[in-house]
Amino acid sequence: MKNIAKKLVALIITLFIVSFLAFLAFQIIPGDPTTKMLGTEATPEAVSELRSELGLDLPFFVRYWHWLTAFVQGDFGMSYSYHMPVRAMLADKLPVTALLILLAFGFTVILSLPLGILAGRVRNRWADTMITAVDQVVMSVPAFFVGILACFIFGLTFHLFVPGNFISYTDSWAGCLGYLVFPALSIAIPRIAMTVKMLRGAIGAELRQDYVRTSQSRGASRGYALRRHVLRNALIPTIAFLAVSAAEIMTGTIVIEQVFTIPGIGRLLLASIGNRDFPVVQAIVVLMAAWIVLVHFLADLLSSWVDPRIRTH
Amino acid sequence: MKRTKHPFVWVGGALSGVVTALILLGFVWTPYSTTMMDAAAKRQPPSAAHWLGTDQFGRDLFSRILEGAGTSLLIALCVVLIGSVFGILIGSFCGYYGGIPDLILTRICDSITAFPAILLALVIISVVGGGTYNIILALGVLFIPSFARVVRGEFARCRHLNYVKSAKLMGVGDLRLMFLHILPNTLPVLLPAVSIGLNNAMLSEASMSFLGIGIQPPQASLGSMLSESQTYLNSAPWYALSVGGTIVLMMLGFSLLAEGLQQTDWRR
Repeated sequence: MKNIAKKLVALIITLFIVSFLAFLAFQIIPGDPTTKMLGTEATPEAVSELRSELGLDLPFFVRYWHWLTAFVQGDFGMSYSYHMPVRAMLADKLPVTALLILLAFGFTVILSLPLGILAGRVRNRWADTMITAVDQVVMSVPAFFVGILACFIFGLTFHLFVPGNFISYTDSWAGCLGYLVFPALSIAIPRIAMTVKMLRGAIGAELRQDYVRTSQSRGASRGYALRRHVLRNALIPTIAFLAVSAAEIMTGTIVIEQVFTIPGIGRLLLASIGNRDFPVVQAIVVLMAAWIVLVHFLADLLSSWVDPRIRTH
Repeated sequence: MKRTKHPFVWVGGALSGVVTALILLGFVWTPYSTTMMDAAAKRQPPSAAHWLGTDQFGRDLFSRILEGAGTSLLIALCVVLIGSVFGILIGSFCGYYGGIPDLILTRICDSITAFPAILLALVIISVVGGGTYNIILALGVLFIPSFARVVRGEFARCRHLNYVKSAKLMGVGDLRLMFLHILPNTLPVLLPAVSIGLNNAMLSEASMSFLGIGIQPPQASLGSMLSESQTYLNSAPWYALSVGGTIVLMMLGFSLLAEGLQQTDWRR
């Protein structure tokens, strides 16, 4: 319990630092947002009025505090370009990206664990080299190219879906989920290859440990030693790796949404970078960073639950 | 002096070598002009005249890919150069001297590497603007922590080894000891790190150019060409396939090289 409380405090401090850095990054941008909103020919009175309305005349730390308290209450500010709350712009896009992340992460976990364990048991030298080689090749195909290949093979050749014809979840949940399967797989496939490689290495290293030989010399079968001891130990680095994967999958959605023209957070982020619509960019970046910090926190908790040694430290 | 090199070192090295040789050739000679448009030869499939076909303007794809791959490789090299030089400097001082600066810098590096490079690069690009130099700088800075981490670990380990202690007793200066004695001994971990770095830099640049925030036209890199080719996926699939295939081959070369170098037994 004390351990979890300690980690929670660390989590909150980290979130503070991350939010502060994100706020700082968008404060040092040259140029005044009022110019963007009012145009270059605005009267000085109008500019100063808008500045005080936006709170730009306040000291830096006061602005940060106002922004942060508003942000945690769900008020992400106003978009420069569309003059509407950022929250409203995110509202219908967030579920799409969240669904895509969940699907891709689900595929990664469900497919990489059995494959990794299977590959980890291989002792034959040639099979070993083959697996490594195939793994390296799959790892080297970037997610966006997997996506393009999927569009070409399953979309244009086999007509399983129409690339670019996204079905919104407001129309049909099943259709939306169906459309997201290929994008999610595109993100997942390179990640699966990496996870398999990592898990295989971890299992291989554990199998060489003394405790495996001891357990086998006491009459336990190889499969028993693997299930009972090795997998538990190999799970610890895998959890940390999957946390990294969750973060990478999230940034993977930015690129994949572009490939499959999915109206999610990633496309909004890119459009907003192009428009220099900083409140939107800032809100998305902070949300993404918070997600990454949270995932690492959860992975931390999970690994101390799996491995009591981490708890007692 | 006998070292057993993993077969992947040869395969990966050969692949990277051939690709690099072709790219170098592309700097001085390409089968066709990379800018010359040919209205009569729009979107032609691969043939004897155009090995990889032509694009929507009738430009020869093989020539264009050579040029684009050159841009991509050059950017990746610059990124890794920035990342490794500063990473080695930071990592060696942190690992050798230790203490509070080491604790702080290590903590900062760990925090930066917790976030995907593309996300941070997007933040930097949205603040300072896109373009080739900004991409190189942004990615270069973001690649420093991973190198610093690797080098720091090795320096912290080597600091307590006997050869370092005896060199110190013989009056070898700190800087000389760090860069002439310890640094060469970090090569077994530094070389794979450089190879992985090239692989990651290629991927990051290709992703960003694919998203349209990296290399700006008329300059082309493999990422921006792939993004362009997607429009013609139906009418000219060879365009996307050959550009994407080139990215895969280049990344595969570096990743095999890295894997082989990691598996290599470096003990003499």
